[in-house]
Amino acid sequence: MLVEYGDEIDPVINNKVRSMAMVMEKKPLNGVLETIPTYRSLLIIYDPATTNPTKLEKEILDFEELLSQIEIPPPDTVEIPVCYGGEFGPDIRFVAEHNSITEDDVIRIHSGAEYHIFMIGFTPGFPFLGGLPKALHTPRLETPRSFVSEGSVGIANNQTGIYPLTSPGGWQLIGKTPLKLFAPEHTNPFIYKVGDRIKFNPISAEEYARLVGEVKK
Amino acid sequence: MDLFSVLTPGAYTTVQDNRRYGYQQMGIPLSGALDSFSFNVANMLVENPENCAVLEITIMGCRFEVLNEADVAITGAQIGVTLNKRPAECWSSFRVKSGDILEIKQVKSGCRAYLAVTGGIDVPEVMGSRSTYVGGSIGGYLGRPLKQGDIIKRGKGLLLKQARHLSPSVIPQYSSNTVIHAVLGPQDEFFDEGIKTLFESEFMITAKADRMGYRLQGPEIKHRAEMPKSIISEPSVPGGVQIPADGQPIILLVEQTVGGYTKIATVISTDLCKIAQATPGDTICFEQVTLEKAHALYHDRQNLMKEIEKKHII
Repeated sequence: MLVEYGDEIDPVINNKVRSMAMVMEKKPLNGVLETIPTYRSLLIIYDPATTNPTKLEKEILDFEELLSQIEIPPPDTVEIPVCYGGEFGPDIRFVAEHNSITEDDVIRIHSGAEYHIFMIGFTPGFPFLGGLPKALHTPRLETPRSFVSEGSVGIANNQTGIYPLTSPGGWQLIGKTPLKLFAPEHTNPFIYKVGDRIKFNPISAEEYARLVGEVKK
Repeated sequence: MDLFSVLTPGAYTTVQDNRRYGYQQMGIPLSGALDSFSFNVANMLVENPENCAVLEITIMGCRFEVLNEADVAITGAQIGVTLNKRPAECWSSFRVKSGDILEIKQVKSGCRAYLAVTGGIDVPEVMGSRSTYVGGSIGGYLGRPLKQGDIIKRGKGLLLKQARHLSPSVIPQYSSNTVIHAVLGPQDEFFDEGIKTLFESEFMITAKADRMGYRLQGPEIKHRAEMPKSIISEPSVPGGVQIPADGQPIILLVEQTVGGYTKIATVISTDLCKIAQATPGDTICFEQVTLEKAHALYHDRQNLMKEIEKKHII
Protein backbone atom coordinates (compact mmCIF):
# COMPACT_ATOMS: atom_id res chain seq x y z
CA MET A 1 0.00 0.00 0.00
CA LEU A 2 1.38 3.37 -1.04
CA VAL A 3 0.46 6.42 1.05
CA GLU A 4 1.13 9.72 -0.75
CA TYR A 5 1.41 13.08 1.01
CA GLY A 6 1.82 15.43 -1.93
CA ASP A 7 3.50 15.67 -5.28
CA GLU A 8 6.62 17.71 -4.72
CA ILE A 9 10.01 17.61 -3.06
CA ASP A 10 9.37 19.57 0.09
CA PRO A 11 10.69 19.15 3.65
CA VAL A 12 7.20 19.63 5.15
CA ILE A 13 5.75 16.81 3.05
CA ASN A 14 8.82 14.66 3.74
CA ASN A 15 8.35 15.22 7.49
CA LYS A 16 4.76 13.95 7.26
CA VAL A 17 6.02 10.80 5.55
CA ARG A 18 8.61 10.35 8.28
CA SER A 19 6.12 11.01 11.08
CA MET A 20 3.85 8.27 9.75
CA ALA A 21 6.82 5.91 9.42
CA MET A 22 7.70 6.66 13.05
CA VAL A 23 4.15 6.08 14.29
CA MET A 24 4.13 2.78 12.47
CA GLU A 25 7.45 1.82 14.01
CA LYS A 26 6.23 2.70 17.53
CA LYS A 27 2.88 0.97 17.13
CA PRO A 28 3.53 -1.97 14.84
CA LEU A 29 0.36 -3.08 13.05
CA ASN A 30 -0.43 -6.74 12.72
CA GLY A 31 0.63 -7.99 9.28
CA VAL A 32 2.89 -5.07 8.33
CA LEU A 33 6.28 -6.37 7.25
CA GLU A 34 8.12 -3.12 6.63
CA THR A 35 7.71 0.49 5.56
CA ILE A 36 9.79 2.52 3.12
CA PRO A 37 9.68 6.32 3.46
CA THR A 38 10.66 8.34 0.38
CA TYR A 39 10.38 12.00 -0.70
CA ARG A 40 6.59 12.23 -0.59
CA SER A 41 5.25 8.72 -0.17
CA LEU A 42 5.37 5.84 2.26
CA LEU A 43 5.24 2.25 1.04
CA ILE A 44 3.68 -0.18 3.48
CA ILE A 45 4.40 -3.83 2.76
CA TYR A 46 1.80 -6.10 4.31
CA ASP A 47 1.16 -9.82 4.44
CA PRO A 48 -2.27 -10.50 2.89
CA ALA A 49 -2.52 -13.66 5.00
CA THR A 50 -2.66 -11.53 8.16
CA THR A 51 -4.31 -8.24 7.20
CA ASN A 52 -6.18 -6.63 4.30
CA PRO A 53 -6.20 -3.21 2.61
CA THR A 54 -9.56 -2.11 4.06
CA LYS A 55 -8.46 -2.83 7.62
CA LEU A 56 -5.03 -1.33 7.01
CA GLU A 57 -6.44 1.83 5.47
CA LYS A 58 -8.64 2.40 8.51
CA GLU A 59 -5.75 1.80 10.90
CA ILE A 60 -3.56 4.25 8.98
CA LEU A 61 -6.29 6.91 8.88
CA ASP A 62 -6.62 6.49 12.66
CA PHE A 63 -2.88 7.05 12.95
CA GLU A 64 -3.26 10.35 11.06
CA GLU A 65 -4.68 11.85 14.23
CA LEU A 66 -1.54 10.89 16.11
CA LEU A 67 0.75 12.57 13.62
CA SER A 68 0.42 15.99 15.20
CA GLN A 69 1.47 14.48 18.54
CA ILE A 70 4.57 12.93 17.04
CA GLU A 71 7.60 14.99 17.71
CA ILE A 72 10.16 14.37 15.08
CA PRO A 73 13.41 14.03 17.01
CA PRO A 74 15.85 16.79 16.18
CA PRO A 75 17.96 15.54 13.28
CA ASP A 76 21.48 14.36 13.93
CA THR A 77 24.02 16.28 11.92
CA VAL A 78 26.57 13.95 10.40
CA GLU A 79 29.83 15.47 9.30
CA ILE A 80 31.45 13.94 6.26
CA PRO A 81 35.06 14.83 5.47
CA VAL A 82 35.57 15.35 1.73
CA CYS A 83 38.67 15.90 -0.33
CA TYR A 84 37.44 18.07 -3.20
CA GLY A 85 38.72 18.27 -6.77
CA GLY A 86 41.69 16.66 -8.51
CA GLU A 87 41.51 12.89 -8.89
CA PHE A 88 38.89 12.81 -6.10
CA GLY A 89 36.41 15.02 -7.94
CA PRO A 90 37.10 14.92 -11.69
CA ASP A 91 34.02 16.99 -12.59
CA ILE A 92 34.62 19.92 -10.22
CA ARG A 93 35.97 22.03 -13.08
CA PHE A 94 32.86 21.35 -15.17
CA VAL A 95 30.60 22.29 -12.25
CA ALA A 96 32.58 25.52 -11.73
CA GLU A 97 32.52 26.46 -15.42
CA HIS A 98 28.84 25.58 -15.78
CA ASN A 99 28.01 28.01 -12.98
CA SER A 100 30.66 30.62 -13.90
CA ILE A 101 32.44 30.37 -10.56
CA THR A 102 35.87 29.08 -9.45
CA GLU A 103 36.64 25.61 -8.13
CA ASP A 104 37.32 27.15 -4.72
CA ASP A 105 33.83 28.69 -4.84
CA VAL A 106 32.38 25.22 -5.50
CA ILE A 107 34.16 23.87 -2.42
CA ARG A 108 33.18 26.86 -0.27
CA ILE A 109 29.52 26.77 -1.30
CA HIS A 110 29.11 22.98 -1.20
CA SER A 111 30.70 22.66 2.24
CA GLY A 112 28.96 25.79 3.52
CA ALA A 113 25.45 24.36 3.32
CA GLU A 114 23.68 21.70 5.37
CA TYR A 115 21.68 19.07 3.55
CA HIS A 116 18.51 17.20 4.50
CA ILE A 117 18.38 13.44 3.80
CA PHE A 118 15.03 13.06 2.04
CA MET A 119 15.40 9.39 1.27
CA ILE A 120 17.89 6.57 0.86
CA GLY A 121 17.93 4.20 -2.09
CA PHE A 122 19.30 3.43 -5.56
CA THR A 123 22.14 1.49 -3.91
CA PRO A 124 22.52 0.65 -0.20
CA GLY A 125 22.90 3.88 1.74
CA PHE A 126 22.80 6.29 -1.22
CA PRO A 127 21.35 9.48 0.35
CA PHE A 128 19.19 11.78 -1.77
CA LEU A 129 20.10 15.19 -0.33
CA GLY A 130 18.07 18.35 -0.66
CA GLY A 131 19.26 21.90 -0.10
CA LEU A 132 21.96 22.26 -2.74
CA PRO A 133 22.54 26.02 -3.28
CA LYS A 134 21.40 27.21 -6.71
CA ALA A 135 24.91 28.35 -7.60
CA LEU A 136 25.95 24.69 -7.88
CA HIS A 137 23.05 23.20 -9.83
CA THR A 138 24.54 21.18 -12.71
CA PRO A 139 22.92 18.60 -15.00
CA ARG A 140 23.94 14.94 -14.89
CA LEU A 141 26.70 13.62 -17.16
CA GLU A 142 25.47 12.97 -20.69
CA THR A 143 26.91 9.46 -20.54
CA PRO A 144 26.94 7.86 -17.09
CA ARG A 145 30.17 6.28 -15.87
CA SER A 146 30.24 2.50 -15.53
CA PHE A 147 32.26 2.76 -12.34
CA VAL A 148 32.00 5.47 -9.73
CA SER A 149 34.25 4.57 -6.83
CA GLU A 150 32.93 4.23 -3.30
CA GLY A 151 32.88 7.46 -1.28
CA SER A 152 32.47 9.77 -4.30
CA VAL A 153 30.40 12.92 -3.75
CA GLY A 154 28.36 14.14 -6.71
CA ILE A 155 25.84 16.65 -8.00
CA ALA A 156 22.79 16.05 -10.22
CA ASN A 157 20.67 19.12 -10.96
CA ASN A 158 19.43 20.40 -7.59
CA GLN A 159 20.56 17.35 -5.63
CA THR A 160 23.82 16.22 -4.11
CA GLY A 161 24.66 12.75 -2.84
CA ILE A 162 27.34 10.25 -1.88
CA TYR A 163 28.05 6.87 -3.51
CA PRO A 164 28.49 4.44 -0.56
CA LEU A 165 29.44 1.57 -2.90
CA THR A 166 31.29 1.43 -6.17
CA SER A 167 28.52 1.44 -8.78
CA PRO A 168 27.59 2.90 -12.16
CA GLY A 169 26.52 6.53 -11.93
CA GLY A 170 25.81 9.70 -13.87
CA TRP A 171 26.33 12.42 -11.26
CA GLN A 172 29.02 15.12 -11.57
CA LEU A 173 31.77 14.09 -9.15
CA ILE A 174 33.29 16.91 -7.13
CA GLY A 175 35.06 15.08 -4.29
CA LYS A 176 35.44 11.94 -2.25
CA THR A 177 35.18 10.93 1.39
CA PRO A 178 37.64 8.52 3.02
CA LEU A 179 34.90 7.27 5.39
CA LYS A 180 33.49 3.79 4.92
CA LEU A 181 29.77 4.51 4.73
CA PHE A 182 28.47 0.96 4.58
CA ALA A 183 29.32 -1.67 7.21
CA PRO A 184 26.95 -4.58 6.48
CA GLU A 185 28.26 -6.58 9.44
CA HIS A 186 26.78 -4.03 11.90
CA THR A 187 23.12 -4.01 13.01
CA ASN A 188 23.08 -0.38 12.00
CA PRO A 189 25.15 -0.51 8.84
CA PHE A 190 25.08 3.22 8.01
CA ILE A 191 26.27 6.32 9.84
CA TYR A 192 23.17 8.33 8.89
CA LYS A 193 19.44 7.81 8.42
CA VAL A 194 16.54 9.46 6.62
CA GLY A 195 15.83 12.86 8.19
CA ASP A 196 19.39 13.49 9.35
CA ARG A 197 21.41 16.42 8.13
CA ILE A 198 24.73 16.14 6.37
CA LYS A 199 27.54 18.63 6.42
CA PHE A 200 30.63 18.25 4.27
CA ASN A 201 34.01 19.30 5.68
CA PRO A 202 36.77 20.01 3.17
CA ILE A 203 40.01 18.14 3.88
CA SER A 204 43.41 18.00 2.19
CA ALA A 205 44.79 15.03 0.25
CA GLU A 206 47.18 14.34 3.18
CA GLU A 207 44.27 14.31 5.64
CA TYR A 208 42.37 12.03 3.23
CA ALA A 209 45.29 9.57 3.16
CA ARG A 210 45.57 9.68 6.97
CA LEU A 211 41.83 8.99 7.42
CA VAL A 212 41.92 6.13 4.89
CA GLY A 213 44.63 4.56 7.07
CA GLU A 214 42.54 5.08 10.21
CA VAL A 215 39.38 3.65 8.63
CA LYS A 216 41.33 0.52 7.65
CA LYS A 217 42.35 0.01 11.28
CA MET B 1 29.64 -29.06 8.38
CA ASP B 2 31.24 -29.09 4.93
CA LEU B 3 28.73 -30.20 2.32
CA PHE B 4 29.94 -29.59 -1.23
CA SER B 5 33.12 -28.69 -2.99
CA VAL B 6 32.13 -26.74 -6.10
CA LEU B 7 33.59 -28.41 -9.22
CA THR B 8 31.58 -26.33 -11.73
CA PRO B 9 29.64 -23.33 -10.42
CA GLY B 10 27.04 -22.88 -13.21
CA ALA B 11 26.21 -19.55 -14.84
CA TYR B 12 24.79 -17.81 -11.79
CA THR B 13 24.32 -19.85 -8.64
CA THR B 14 23.61 -17.94 -5.43
CA VAL B 15 22.54 -18.68 -1.86
CA GLN B 16 19.01 -17.38 -1.21
CA ASP B 17 16.43 -17.59 1.56
CA ASN B 18 13.07 -15.97 2.03
CA ARG B 19 13.91 -12.22 1.71
CA ARG B 20 15.72 -9.56 3.69
CA TYR B 21 12.93 -7.49 5.23
CA GLY B 22 13.42 -4.26 7.17
CA TYR B 23 16.34 -2.60 5.40
CA GLN B 24 14.78 -1.23 2.23
CA GLN B 25 14.54 2.21 3.83
CA MET B 26 18.36 2.13 3.78
CA GLY B 27 18.45 1.10 0.14
CA ILE B 28 19.07 -2.61 0.81
CA PRO B 29 16.77 -4.57 -1.51
CA LEU B 30 14.76 -7.64 -0.51
CA SER B 31 16.72 -10.26 -2.46
CA GLY B 32 15.70 -13.87 -1.73
CA ALA B 33 14.53 -16.82 -3.84
CA LEU B 34 12.70 -15.47 -6.90
CA ASP B 35 10.43 -18.51 -7.18
CA SER B 36 9.01 -18.80 -3.67
CA PHE B 37 6.88 -21.83 -4.53
CA SER B 38 9.85 -23.97 -5.58
CA PHE B 39 11.90 -22.58 -2.68
CA ASN B 40 9.25 -23.59 -0.12
CA VAL B 41 8.66 -27.04 -1.58
CA ALA B 42 12.41 -27.75 -1.73
CA ASN B 43 12.71 -27.09 2.02
CA MET B 44 9.58 -29.15 2.75
CA LEU B 45 11.02 -32.13 0.90
CA VAL B 46 14.02 -32.29 3.25
CA GLU B 47 11.89 -31.36 6.31
CA ASN B 48 13.66 -28.06 6.90
CA PRO B 49 12.20 -25.08 8.74
CA GLU B 50 10.64 -22.89 6.05
CA ASN B 51 13.29 -20.15 5.87
CA CYS B 52 16.37 -22.34 5.37
CA ALA B 53 18.76 -21.05 2.70
CA VAL B 54 18.95 -22.91 -0.61
CA LEU B 55 20.98 -22.61 -3.81
CA GLU B 56 19.27 -20.79 -6.67
CA ILE B 57 20.71 -22.21 -9.91
CA THR B 58 20.11 -20.17 -13.07
CA ILE B 59 19.84 -21.81 -16.52
CA MET B 60 23.23 -23.57 -16.46
CA GLY B 61 23.68 -26.33 -13.95
CA CYS B 62 26.61 -27.09 -11.70
CA ARG B 63 28.67 -29.99 -10.40
CA PHE B 64 29.52 -30.68 -6.77
CA GLU B 65 31.70 -33.18 -4.94
CA VAL B 66 29.83 -34.24 -1.81
CA LEU B 67 31.90 -33.93 1.39
CA ASN B 68 29.39 -35.16 3.99
CA GLU B 69 26.15 -37.07 4.14
CA ALA B 70 22.91 -35.10 3.60
CA ASP B 71 19.46 -35.25 2.04
CA VAL B 72 19.05 -33.07 -1.02
CA ALA B 73 15.97 -31.93 -2.96
CA ILE B 74 15.96 -30.08 -6.29
CA THR B 75 12.85 -28.23 -7.46
CA GLY B 76 11.91 -25.47 -9.90
CA ALA B 77 13.04 -25.54 -13.53
CA GLN B 78 12.85 -28.87 -15.33
CA ILE B 79 16.45 -30.00 -15.25
CA GLY B 80 18.49 -33.20 -15.55
CA VAL B 81 20.19 -34.34 -12.34
CA THR B 82 22.64 -37.19 -11.90
CA LEU B 83 24.24 -38.67 -8.79
CA ASN B 84 27.41 -40.55 -9.73
CA LYS B 85 26.19 -40.43 -13.34
CA ARG B 86 22.89 -42.16 -12.50
CA PRO B 87 19.72 -40.10 -12.97
CA ALA B 88 18.22 -38.65 -9.80
CA GLU B 89 14.68 -37.35 -9.48
CA CYS B 90 13.66 -33.73 -9.10
CA TRP B 91 10.81 -32.72 -6.72
CA SER B 92 11.99 -35.59 -4.47
CA SER B 93 14.57 -35.93 -1.75
CA PHE B 94 17.56 -38.20 -2.16
CA ARG B 95 20.54 -39.06 0.02
CA VAL B 96 24.07 -38.01 -0.94
CA LYS B 97 27.25 -39.37 0.69
CA SER B 98 30.84 -38.28 0.98
CA GLY B 99 32.65 -38.80 -2.34
CA ASP B 100 29.51 -38.68 -4.50
CA ILE B 101 29.44 -36.44 -7.54
CA LEU B 102 26.17 -34.52 -7.91
CA GLU B 103 25.62 -32.99 -11.30
CA ILE B 104 22.83 -30.58 -12.25
CA LYS B 105 22.61 -30.09 -16.00
CA GLN B 106 21.23 -27.32 -18.19
CA VAL B 107 17.54 -26.46 -17.72
CA LYS B 108 15.08 -27.98 -20.23
CA SER B 109 12.18 -25.70 -19.38
CA GLY B 110 11.88 -22.96 -16.81
CA CYS B 111 14.82 -20.83 -15.71
CA ARG B 112 15.75 -21.39 -12.06
CA ALA B 113 16.26 -24.57 -10.04
CA TYR B 114 16.40 -24.68 -6.24
CA LEU B 115 18.58 -27.04 -4.23
CA ALA B 116 17.66 -27.52 -0.58
CA VAL B 117 19.72 -29.58 1.82
CA THR B 118 19.27 -30.93 5.35
CA GLY B 119 19.76 -28.04 7.77
CA GLY B 120 19.93 -25.42 5.01
CA ILE B 121 22.97 -23.88 3.33
CA ASP B 122 25.08 -22.44 6.14
CA VAL B 123 26.39 -18.94 5.49
CA PRO B 124 26.46 -16.05 7.99
CA GLU B 125 23.27 -14.04 8.37
CA VAL B 126 23.70 -10.46 7.19
CA MET B 127 20.97 -8.04 8.28
CA GLY B 128 18.65 -10.87 9.19
CA SER B 129 18.98 -12.90 6.01
CA ARG B 130 21.29 -15.32 4.23
CA SER B 131 20.22 -14.13 0.77
CA THR B 132 22.91 -12.97 -1.63
CA TYR B 133 22.67 -9.41 -2.94
CA VAL B 134 25.45 -9.38 -5.53
CA GLY B 135 25.04 -5.64 -6.31
CA GLY B 136 25.91 -4.77 -2.70
CA SER B 137 28.33 -7.70 -2.20
CA ILE B 138 26.40 -8.83 0.86
CA GLY B 139 24.85 -12.04 2.17
CA GLY B 140 25.17 -15.54 0.76
CA TYR B 141 28.60 -16.93 -0.02
CA LEU B 142 30.90 -13.88 0.33
CA GLY B 143 28.23 -11.73 -1.34
CA ARG B 144 28.77 -13.28 -4.77
CA PRO B 145 27.72 -16.17 -7.04
CA LEU B 146 29.52 -19.48 -6.44
CA LYS B 147 32.93 -20.13 -7.98
CA GLN B 148 34.91 -23.27 -8.63
CA GLY B 149 36.68 -24.44 -5.46
CA ASP B 150 34.20 -22.87 -3.02
CA ILE B 151 33.35 -25.08 -0.03
CA ILE B 152 29.64 -24.94 0.80
CA LYS B 153 28.56 -25.82 4.35
CA ARG B 154 25.24 -26.97 5.68
CA GLY B 155 23.48 -26.32 8.99
CA LYS B 156 22.51 -28.93 11.56
CA GLY B 157 19.46 -31.01 10.83
CA LEU B 158 18.15 -34.55 11.03
CA LEU B 159 18.43 -36.87 8.04
CA LEU B 160 15.11 -38.21 6.77
CA LYS B 161 13.89 -41.65 7.79
CA GLN B 162 12.86 -42.20 4.20
CA ALA B 163 12.89 -40.28 0.94
CA ARG B 164 10.04 -37.84 0.29
CA HIS B 165 8.35 -37.11 -3.04
CA LEU B 166 5.98 -34.44 -4.28
CA SER B 167 2.95 -35.88 -6.03
CA PRO B 168 3.16 -35.18 -9.79
CA SER B 169 -0.30 -33.56 -9.80
CA VAL B 170 1.06 -30.42 -8.14
CA ILE B 171 4.39 -30.14 -9.99
CA PRO B 172 4.23 -26.92 -12.03
CA GLN B 173 4.63 -27.05 -15.81
CA TYR B 174 6.41 -24.13 -17.41
CA SER B 175 5.20 -22.74 -20.70
CA SER B 176 7.07 -20.43 -23.06
CA ASN B 177 3.90 -18.34 -23.30
CA THR B 178 2.72 -17.38 -19.83
CA VAL B 179 -0.25 -15.38 -18.64
CA ILE B 180 0.63 -13.06 -15.77
CA HIS B 181 -2.01 -11.45 -13.53
CA ALA B 182 -1.56 -7.81 -12.59
CA VAL B 183 -3.46 -5.11 -10.73
CA LEU B 184 -3.54 -1.54 -12.07
CA GLY B 185 -1.33 1.18 -10.61
CA PRO B 186 0.18 2.87 -8.75
CA GLN B 187 0.48 5.33 -11.70
CA ASP B 188 -2.25 4.08 -14.05
CA GLU B 189 -3.62 7.66 -14.31
CA PHE B 190 -0.56 8.48 -16.46
CA PHE B 191 -1.99 6.23 -19.20
CA ASP B 192 -5.20 5.72 -21.17
CA GLU B 193 -4.62 3.83 -24.46
CA GLY B 194 -1.44 2.43 -22.88
CA ILE B 195 -3.50 0.32 -20.46
CA LYS B 196 -5.26 -1.32 -23.37
CA THR B 197 -1.90 -1.94 -25.07
CA LEU B 198 -0.55 -3.59 -21.93
CA PHE B 199 -3.44 -6.00 -21.44
CA GLU B 200 -4.14 -6.80 -25.08
CA SER B 201 -0.64 -7.41 -26.45
CA GLU B 202 2.02 -10.05 -26.24
CA PHE B 203 5.46 -9.11 -24.89
CA MET B 204 8.75 -10.90 -25.37
CA ILE B 205 11.30 -11.23 -22.60
CA THR B 206 14.60 -9.73 -23.79
CA ALA B 207 18.11 -10.87 -22.87
CA LYS B 208 18.13 -8.11 -20.23
CA ALA B 209 16.37 -10.20 -17.61
CA ASP B 210 17.87 -10.74 -14.17
CA ARG B 211 16.98 -10.61 -10.48
CA MET B 212 16.70 -6.81 -10.63
CA GLY B 213 14.13 -6.83 -13.41
CA TYR B 214 12.94 -8.24 -16.73
CA ARG B 215 12.95 -5.93 -19.73
CA LEU B 216 10.18 -6.74 -22.18
CA GLN B 217 9.76 -5.94 -25.84
CA GLY B 218 6.43 -5.30 -27.52
CA PRO B 219 4.17 -2.56 -28.85
CA GLU B 220 4.99 0.84 -27.34
CA ILE B 221 2.96 1.65 -24.23
CA LYS B 222 2.26 5.35 -24.61
CA HIS B 223 1.95 7.78 -21.73
CA ARG B 224 -0.91 10.27 -21.98
CA ALA B 225 0.46 13.14 -24.03
CA GLU B 226 -0.01 15.72 -21.27
CA MET B 227 1.59 13.59 -18.53
CA PRO B 228 5.27 13.59 -17.54
CA LYS B 229 7.20 10.39 -18.21
CA SER B 230 8.91 10.27 -14.85
CA ILE B 231 7.85 10.86 -11.26
CA ILE B 232 9.51 11.88 -8.01
CA SER B 233 11.49 8.80 -6.95
CA GLU B 234 9.37 6.53 -4.80
CA PRO B 235 9.53 2.97 -3.44
CA SER B 236 9.16 0.08 -5.82
CA VAL B 237 7.89 -3.45 -5.15
CA PRO B 238 8.69 -6.77 -6.85
CA GLY B 239 6.23 -7.05 -9.73
CA GLY B 240 5.98 -3.33 -10.51
CA VAL B 241 5.56 -2.85 -14.28
CA GLN B 242 7.64 0.23 -15.00
CA ILE B 243 7.21 2.16 -18.25
CA PRO B 244 10.26 4.25 -19.17
CA ALA B 245 10.09 6.97 -21.83
CA ASP B 246 10.58 4.44 -24.68
CA GLY B 247 7.33 2.65 -23.75
CA GLN B 248 8.93 -0.79 -23.34
CA PRO B 249 7.90 -2.30 -19.98
CA ILE B 250 10.29 -3.51 -17.28
CA ILE B 251 8.99 -5.88 -14.59
CA LEU B 252 10.86 -4.93 -11.42
CA LEU B 253 11.99 -7.79 -9.21
CA VAL B 254 13.86 -8.17 -5.92
CA GLU B 255 16.99 -6.07 -6.26
CA GLN B 256 15.65 -2.53 -6.47
CA THR B 257 14.16 -0.36 -3.71
CA VAL B 258 13.26 2.94 -5.40
CA GLY B 259 12.65 4.23 -8.89
CA GLY B 260 11.57 7.35 -10.73
CA TYR B 261 9.62 5.88 -13.66
CA THR B 262 5.85 5.47 -13.79
CA LYS B 263 4.44 2.04 -12.94
CA ILE B 264 1.33 1.27 -14.93
CA ALA B 265 0.53 -1.98 -13.13
CA THR B 266 1.84 -4.43 -10.54
CA VAL B 267 2.16 -8.19 -11.07
CA ILE B 268 0.45 -10.03 -8.21
CA SER B 269 2.85 -11.66 -5.76
CA THR B 270 1.70 -15.22 -6.46
CA ASP B 271 2.62 -14.83 -10.15
CA LEU B 272 6.20 -13.73 -9.48
CA CYS B 273 7.06 -17.47 -9.48
CA LYS B 274 5.98 -17.64 -13.12
CA ILE B 275 8.24 -14.73 -14.02
CA ALA B 276 11.12 -16.37 -12.14
CA GLN B 277 10.74 -19.37 -14.44
CA ALA B 278 10.38 -17.40 -17.71
CA THR B 279 13.48 -17.02 -19.87
CA PRO B 280 14.61 -14.59 -22.59
CA GLY B 281 12.69 -15.34 -25.80
CA ASP B 282 9.55 -16.47 -23.93
CA THR B 283 6.43 -14.39 -24.35
CA ILE B 284 4.04 -13.16 -21.68
CA CYS B 285 0.57 -11.66 -21.72
CA PHE B 286 -0.84 -9.59 -18.87
CA GLU B 287 -4.33 -10.20 -17.54
CA GLN B 288 -5.92 -7.55 -15.35
CA VAL B 289 -7.34 -8.61 -11.97
CA THR B 290 -8.84 -6.61 -9.11
CA LEU B 291 -7.08 -6.30 -5.78
CA GLU B 292 -9.78 -8.53 -4.24
CA LYS B 293 -9.08 -11.22 -6.81
CA ALA B 294 -5.33 -10.86 -6.17
CA HIS B 295 -5.93 -11.45 -2.46
CA ALA B 296 -8.16 -14.43 -3.18
CA LEU B 297 -5.40 -15.94 -5.32
CA TYR B 298 -2.92 -15.30 -2.52
CA HIS B 299 -5.13 -17.16 -0.03
CA ASP B 300 -5.53 -20.01 -2.53
CA ARG B 301 -1.73 -20.24 -2.73
CA GLN B 302 -1.42 -20.29 1.08
CA ASN B 303 -3.97 -23.10 1.22
CA LEU B 304 -2.21 -24.99 -1.54
CA MET B 305 1.08 -24.80 0.38
CA LYS B 306 -0.60 -26.18 3.51
CA GLU B 307 -2.21 -28.92 1.48
CA ILE B 308 1.08 -29.82 -0.18
CA GLU B 309 2.76 -30.16 3.19
CA LYS B 310 -0.07 -32.33 4.54
CA LYS B 311 -1.13 -34.42 1.58
CA HIS B 312 1.11 -34.14 -1.44
CA ILE B 313 4.51 -34.94 0.00
CA ILE B 314 4.82 -38.62 0.66
